Amino acid sequence: MEVFLQQLINGITLGSIYGLIAIGYTMVFGIIGMVNFAHGDVFMVSVFIALVAFLLLSSVLGVTSIVLALFLILIVAMLFTSLVNWTIERLAYRPLRGSFRLAPLISAIGMSIFLSNFVQVTQGPRNKSIPPMVQGEFVLFTQNDYPVTLSLKQLIIWLVTAILLVCFWYLVTKTRLGRAQRACEQDQKMAALVGVDVDRTISMTFVIAAALAAVAGTMYLMYYGVVSFADGFVPGVKAFTAAVLGGIGSLPGAVIGGILIGLIETMWSAYFSIDYKDVAAFSVLAITLIFLPQGLFGRPDVEKV
Amino acid sequence: MTSGAPAKRVDTARALWDAGLTALLAFGLFLPLVGFETVTDVRNDLILVTRWPLLFAIVAIAGLGRLAYSLAIEPWLQQRAIRPSAEPAPWRRYIASWIIPFALGFVILYPAIVIATAGFGRAVKWIDNFGIQVLIYVMLGWGLNIVVGLAGLLDLGYVAFYAVGAYSYALLAKTFGFSFWILLPLAGILASFWGILLGFPVLRLRGDYLAIVTLAFGEIIRIVLINWVDLTNGYAGITGIPRPTFFGIPFNAEEGGFAAVFGLEFSPIYRTIFLYYLILALALLTAFVTVRLRRLPVGRAWEALREDEIACRSLGINTTNTKLTAFAMGAMFAGFAGSFFAARQGFISPDSFTFLESATILSIVVLGGMGSQIGVAIAAIVMIGGTEIMRELDFLKLLFGSTFDPTQYRMLLFGFAMVLIMIWRPRGLIATRDPSVVLKERKAIGKDLVKEGRG
Repeated sequence: MEVFLQQLINGITLGSIYGLIAIGYTMVFGIIGMVNFAHGDVFMVSVFIALVAFLLLSSVLGVTSIVLALFLILIVAMLFTSLVNWTIERLAYRPLRGSFRLAPLISAIGMSIFLSNFVQVTQGPRNKSIPPMVQGEFVLFTQNDYPVTLSLKQLIIWLVTAILLVCFWYLVTKTRLGRAQRACEQDQKMAALVGVDVDRTISMTFVIAAALAAVAGTMYLMYYGVVSFADGFVPGVKAFTAAVLGGIGSLPGAVIGGILIGLIETMWSAYFSIDYKDVAAFSVLAITLIFLPQGLFGRPDVEKV
Repeated sequence: MTSGAPAKRVDTARALWDAGLTALLAFGLFLPLVGFETVTDVRNDLILVTRWPLLFAIVAIAGLGRLAYSLAIEPWLQQRAIRPSAEPAPWRRYIASWIIPFALGFVILYPAIVIATAGFGRAVKWIDNFGIQVLIYVMLGWGLNIVVGLAGLLDLGYVAFYAVGAYSYALLAKTFGFSFWILLPLAGILASFWGILLGFPVLRLRGDYLAIVTLAFGEIIRIVLINWVDLTNGYAGITGIPRPTFFGIPFNAEEGGFAAVFGLEFSPIYRTIFLYYLILALALLTAFVTVRLRRLPVGRAWEALREDEIACRSLGINTTNTKLTAFAMGAMFAGFAGSFFAARQGFISPDSFTFLESATILSIVVLGGMGSQIGVAIAAIVMIGGTEIMRELDFLKLLFGSTFDPTQYRMLLFGFAMVLIMIWRPRGLIATRDPSVVLKERKAIGKDLVKEGRG
């Protein structure tokens, strides 16, 4: 029981990070129908941007307040990652819109290879580790000499994710931009006819996706404190799994899918074998797609002649 | 101007404004990761080092490049667009009809040409790193072309079958001592068996979903190879895999070795040349089988499936069997290539079978133009040969200083080239298609009519 509760806490933390990345996949898929293969690497780039911002703040500018530092890192990472993703969409995906269906996918795979190698070339191939940013934990209760703890950084991840999700939900459901996005998702031509700037809306979708990935990236850096150029692929595939599990195109589905994948992964590591935790996540992906292709909250895909 | 349309005047102020914006964007993009480098200092702490000159060089290049584009290149492109496009010159057709025999002759004579130009000692490197490497990818590209190009099933886990072939050969040859010539077909059969096994559950999926599930299967096989240490020796891989023999005569310096039997002086080049012709034969076999299969009912069913699955079903084609045969055929050739790879390297580890390999092979197929065999071969030469040549560009060291290492930029440029080629030719290098069945005269199918399938 106590092990289960501890794994529940760990799993939800990991799942929040996956959920934030998964929103990026699901939004982009919903609006232009492509799997943005480079999204995992955009996440990795955001971790590096957060790393640079952290080092800049702590060593050069000497910011000591951890709350202020985290807030600034978050803002910097969101800003620069959005810029990166905006440029990627402009250069690599927009020229291919409405073209051959496989072309954007290949372009995205190329972009993913480019991004991870760009970071390898500019920042070096070694793991980058930093001292823990946030320390401290609360012992919730102790049972059979096994303390169930909630660390401060886990609490921060929960809080930040929750706040960001509320902001994001407000953006999508209540604002003009959100309305435009939902309109483009349903019918781009019709949306353009009634005066929605489709290009701008798609660009903004990539910007929002990147901003959420950057939040996930900052949380990842704070939680693990280590990153390398190759760290984009596996979280990317798992977040995509989360998006598929929740039903691709569905925003609440992405978050719930993310938390489920996080839980499955931690529970599997705790009770079965840590070596095969990625196999668990990938098997969930395969099983979901085979037996429940529309996911938990997705709309079934109707095939027309 | 005779064409009547007035040439757009070059707006210098606007060009400058655009260039400024581009430079600003480049500054924003490259500031965090190029402007700062995270390095570990002597105390093992991570510190920041600034690289302002490099950052400003990149920003300046971006700005000036944009300026040159709007002042010179854009007007030139517009000029060109105004001119009516001429009929394709007859010499193009002439070249097209001679390209295949010429290319065949070249690849057959390639070792001789290399030995003649680079000398006996240095030829090994060129035949091995360049010739064999490119041919492996040509073969893999042709194999995947059956699945993606003909049947229209998007497979991102193709490397799994390559791995099955390689590990089958390595394990069976080491444990039971079977020869390469027995294990080559066996590896192909085992791989195609896995193709059917993995193909079954994904039959209902199409498009991107199929791609992602096959990716997941590919990764699962790799993770199993890493973690099943008793069988595969995990990350450390399998060493000392028996090398192929010349129909029973080993390539070594001993009494019964190849050199001794044929009365030659021992040199490692004989094995390299033999391996070159072996992979050439295997690749040509793949191409030949594909060409013949396209004329058989099953091949036509593949192409029909790619064009329209619902129409296929209503015409009574068994889509399950059709898809499974495509998976099995594609996997079989990957298995052949895998066992060749294991025999050539003498060492395999899970590192050789990452997702990047699958992505590379798929991109070769798509960049070449799905379904076009010549296109796939050209794409393999450009992408793999191009990145291999990057290893040889030592003269760049003179240009950028001795610390400059061109091999570092190999994959960076590879990814960049994938994006560029897709933007330049979204349908691949060779977008037209030859019909497999014709009524009276053979006409190329224009790229507007070429479909891609949704499977």
